[in-house]
Amino acid sequence: MNGAETAITSNVLVDLSLLTMLAAVAFFMLRSRHLFVIVMLSGIYSLLSAALFVSLDAVDVAFTEAAVGAGISTVLMLGAMLLTVRREKPARSGRSVIASVVIALVGSALIYATIDMPPFGSASTPANSYIGEVYVERTAKEIAVPNIVTAVLASYRGFDTLGETMVIFTAGIGVMLLLGAGSPRGGRAVKDVDDNSRRKEKSP
Amino acid sequence: MSIEHLILRVVIKIMFAPILLFALYVQFHGDYGPGGGFQAGVIFAVGFILHALVMGLDETKRVLPVGGLKVLMVVGFLFYAGTGALTMLLGGNLLGYDALDPQSTHHAGQHYGILLVEFGVGVTVASTMLMIFYHFAGREPEIHDEDW
Repeated sequence: MNGAETAITSNVLVDLSLLTMLAAVAFFMLRSRHLFVIVMLSGIYSLLSAALFVSLDAVDVAFTEAAVGAGISTVLMLGAMLLTVRREKPARSGRSVIASVVIALVGSALIYATIDMPPFGSASTPANSYIGEVYVERTAKEIAVPNIVTAVLASYRGFDTLGETMVIFTAGIGVMLLLGAGSPRGGRAVKDVDDNSRRKEKSP
Repeated sequence: MSIEHLILRVVIKIMFAPILLFALYVQFHGDYGPGGGFQAGVIFAVGFILHALVMGLDETKRVLPVGGLKVLMVVGFLFYAGTGALTMLLGGNLLGYDALDPQSTHHAGQHYGILLVEFGVGVTVASTMLMIFYHFAGREPEIHDEDW
């Protein structure tokens, strides 16, 4: 009994420290105007949330978050950043009353909504009871694959995953069309911005 | 041939093969542990992106040309859809993998089916991610150190 309680507290401690770091990183991202710093911080944010998913026993999600969030999207953001200026334009300093009211309202509504949420780790949550329970019960009999996530993703929801693959394929086609894969130069070194004006913009 | 970023070059040369090997492990071990086609595809692409970041995009394009990636994007998706068509031709439902090996007592067909579609996902994801990276990175011919 005592051992179980210590395990829970240490788990909670890990979660709390990860969430604190997430909040701190998000705060610095908001404050920074340097795009390179923001991109790097967003990579750190993804890595921290991946750690949080591991602590919640969602290893598949953590894996995806670490690979896609911290890996690919950081690199793609860097690539996109090269095509623009390095610093965000300074925002208007005037505080908007309407914006503050909207933020306060939405924030309090979200906090109010958490009151109705089931307790952390409860076995009787909607996610754990109906279809989730059925998958856990039937995977061993019907699919005989140890990883239930894979069984759901590739077999029970195989048609959904086909659609997701289609979405990724379509995204690739979209980027190719937008960034000019069909151009005679094969989409390379397309200069649509005058080099001199870019250098001028870049220097602060 | 410049020897800029010598340490990075050496590290990438050491890391490149293990990254691809890890991607293959994640790809084919998806039904036993965490992972699967999406993650494996991304890790595979990351290996080549690292190569491009250090060796230069043109070097990577010599290893994996744009035309080949275009084909792979389509092939991966058709591999997935083709598995669905195959199960239908064998008399099952679309993506009903049991039709692949109806005599099996331990659902071997499900294993085959999952491996086949995950392979399709992996190929599509890896080639699409690399394609997107090629197009973003290819717009700027060369990245200078002072650009950061």
